[in-house]
Amino acid sequence: MSTQDEQSATEKALTATGGWFDDRLHGAQIFRKWFRKVFPDHWTFLLGEIALYSFIILLLTGTFLTLFFKPSMTDVVYHGTYTKLDGVRMSEAYASTLNISFDVRGGLLMRQIHHWAADLFMAAIFAHMLRIFVTGAYRKPREVNWLIGITMLVLGMLEGLFGYSLPDDLLSGTGLRILEGVILSIPVIGTYTSFFLFGGQFPGNDIIPRLYIIHVLLIPALILGLVTAHLLIMWHQKHTQMPGKARTDQNVIGQPFYPYFMAKTGAWFFFIFGVLALLSTIAQINPIWLYGPYTPASISAGSQPDFYMGFLEGTLRVFPSWTWDVGGHTVAWNVLIPALVPLGIFFTGAALWPFIEQWATGDRSEHHVNDRPRNGPTRTAIAVAAIAFYLIFLLEGANDLIADFLHIPLYTVTWIARFAVFLGPAIAYVVTKRICLGLQRKDRELLHHGLETGIIRQLPTGEFIEVHRPVSEDKRAVLLSNKEPLPLPGGTVDENGVPAPATRGLSGRLRATANRVLSEKVPVNGGNGHGPDGEHGDETERTAITAGHEEDAIAPPDES
Amino acid sequence: MSEDDQTPAAQPGAEAGREPARPHRVIGTPPPAVARSMLGGGPETSGASGPRTLLDTGDGGGHGGPRREIEPADPAKAKRAERAVAALFILSMLASIGFIAAYIGLPAGSVTRVFHSNLALGSAMTVAFLAVGAGAVIWVRRLMPNVEVTEARHPLASSRQDRQAFQETFVEGAEQSQFIKRPIIRRTLIAATVPLAIAPIVLLRDMGPLPHGLLRYTVWKKGTRLLIYGPNRPIKPEEFDTPGSLITVVPEGYQDNLNALAKATAIIIKFFPGQLQPPTNLSWCVQDIVCYSKICTHVGCPAALYEQTTHKILCPCHQSTFDAPRGAQVLFGPAPRPLPQLPLAVDSEGYLVADGDFTEPVGPSFWERG
Repeated sequence: MSTQDEQSATEKALTATGGWFDDRLHGAQIFRKWFRKVFPDHWTFLLGEIALYSFIILLLTGTFLTLFFKPSMTDVVYHGTYTKLDGVRMSEAYASTLNISFDVRGGLLMRQIHHWAADLFMAAIFAHMLRIFVTGAYRKPREVNWLIGITMLVLGMLEGLFGYSLPDDLLSGTGLRILEGVILSIPVIGTYTSFFLFGGQFPGNDIIPRLYIIHVLLIPALILGLVTAHLLIMWHQKHTQMPGKARTDQNVIGQPFYPYFMAKTGAWFFFIFGVLALLSTIAQINPIWLYGPYTPASISAGSQPDFYMGFLEGTLRVFPSWTWDVGGHTVAWNVLIPALVPLGIFFTGAALWPFIEQWATGDRSEHHVNDRPRNGPTRTAIAVAAIAFYLIFLLEGANDLIADFLHIPLYTVTWIARFAVFLGPAIAYVVTKRICLGLQRKDRELLHHGLETGIIRQLPTGEFIEVHRPVSEDKRAVLLSNKEPLPLPGGTVDENGVPAPATRGLSGRLRATANRVLSEKVPVNGGNGHGPDGEHGDETERTAITAGHEEDAIAPPDES
Repeated sequence: MSEDDQTPAAQPGAEAGREPARPHRVIGTPPPAVARSMLGGGPETSGASGPRTLLDTGDGGGHGGPRREIEPADPAKAKRAERAVAALFILSMLASIGFIAAYIGLPAGSVTRVFHSNLALGSAMTVAFLAVGAGAVIWVRRLMPNVEVTEARHPLASSRQDRQAFQETFVEGAEQSQFIKRPIIRRTLIAATVPLAIAPIVLLRDMGPLPHGLLRYTVWKKGTRLLIYGPNRPIKPEEFDTPGSLITVVPEGYQDNLNALAKATAIIIKFFPGQLQPPTNLSWCVQDIVCYSKICTHVGCPAALYEQTTHKILCPCHQSTFDAPRGAQVLFGPAPRPLPQLPLAVDSEGYLVADGDFTEPVGPSFWERG
């Protein structure tokens, strides 16, 4: 049988199957279009996929765990495989988690994959969010997906917190105790909320089954819905692309969904699952049998939550003991502020940022080509400041371990953190902005003078010059992507230097200031006195560019 | 879209894809050889290892555009890649079989066995997944031609006519519904939905009892014996031969009641005579033994660490530090108040007992605490 015959046999089979569905669902046209959908490539575009596939792995492993886990706080006396806890009173939830770990084959592996996947899920969301932010991929028309993403981040945090609370071990029970303390600090309704959530006094008998149903049904369903919306919107709007040759806001360049993207993203799923399986094979996570069952009377030193809650742990540790007793009521600022304000600044700031930026720049146009992080220096500086803010709290959440490890007094660590949460982000902002602007200058120089080749040539006049080689077409397109910022509509000053009407008043002045800060950049084509001169000579003419004579430098032609 | 309207959808049994000009073939099928040979653009210029093929497919993924080159440029290289991919897929298959074998062959049931089982299952699973992933990547990168496709974008905003038409449809519908015209329907509908939305919230009321000041009291009563937590036995003041460590105590009869322990757990520390100073209530101490609540006044963790040399009680959760000989006053950290002191006494048999409940609420702040 020849290859051609085999192919046509396959084709016939596919034609029959495809035809059967198309008769009923009318899909040929739209599926053909979808199969040819173009997906641009960049390694950072894989971060969101990590989050997506971790979530799928969480659903798969989580379903397995529900087959064996008993979400019950009924007291039992343990007589199981883990003999060190033989005869110990514990909740059924904890006993069944021991059972999953020691008596169900593959149970420990699934538990560990589930826990690692949760950490990877959150880490990937943070990294993906950072990528979106520093490249400006949240700009119009993608603000909705940005907000959906932030919502999923919040849901992911809650889902993780509730999930690791379920085994009812000493560590997770302590986490719930802290949750109770935080809820109690809410003015007016705090005590009632706590009693309703816990079904009475802490810990009660209700919290595990209640967290269970929220963890396995409510939040996963919400995240699943939002993930679907997130992907559909991305699909509909077409993915952004990084700047490059021929890439504009009016096109999208990449590889077709079928078969390229499909195969690559499928491989990526297998890699992520494989790496999580590897971690769960060699790196133990959350060994609850070592912690023992929860009792409110016990605790172990070095109690740290998973990293995505470490931020809140840090805020609680760093904040001073301010409390008000007014008119027979207690306002626990010492708990309320650290629990709400830093995270509130983080999430609210992130959610509002696309709109603040639009207001400050007056830029209401669609953006599909991402910025390189250096080309939005203020934005990147804010991102790094936010990372510093987050990391300082995260590290303060482990202040006891840091003090122990570095042999610094514990209180000194906390005092350093108290100043660092203000100074760290400020320093990070200034330094990052300088670095970005410096990189832009470097880009401009590269564009105008080319690459240093290291070849020194003597001219007939006796002068020594270094030969410069112009950058490649691809690289030049990337360098040229640093566009000059648009002026504010209506301008900031008129021809006589008088402030424009739009910049007067408090909000006008604020807007003008924000605009100035956000417009700070070193555009490749301006401000250096030797912009593009329209030279369109061929490549060989431009190969020898002299240094030391700026006016002789041959600038590349302007793309526009 | 209008272009597609002229293209009939694939029919079952039809000779799909045989006509060269129009993409009649069914989804998922490779382009037929005839069509390929007629439409393939520049077979020499592209290939797996060659430069990327730049093709403008126009709108919507290139209807009827030029067909891309399918065959890799270097058959020898492609053959090697094909073998590598197949080898990796076979490796994955073997690993999966190994996984099943490990499941059957390695029982759980003891800590050592579980760790062996976890190692075997996890390793097999890792190889099974990573091999498929690696195979697929080689497949894409070495066998599929490296194409680059350009697709046009259009502004997301609909045309003015479409928006206008939608607005008209919306207004027409609103008028048809009489919603605007008949305000009584509108208002009564809103009046109907508000209580409907509140009702489910009311349903949540029975999730728990009302607080009723329960947070103000613990189970300690005058005469309740202190039990050492763990062995759960009562303790006599004489048993402390030397001052020193911190002992966790619980009220007798409640040693397994977690709700009671969440508030009533306490600590006792024996001092040398004269070490205890105000604001410690010295009349509540017995033979230089002082008893404080163990529940941190910050967010309720057990304040369980004790530094004997400096007499500091430390909460391991957020490092609130209390001065043990001076009424457990706050030395550092986020706790706003000292740990409440429990009045102590000795009963007729000589055991330490409580001389009443704490005189203030223990644990974290709450709104009604005052």
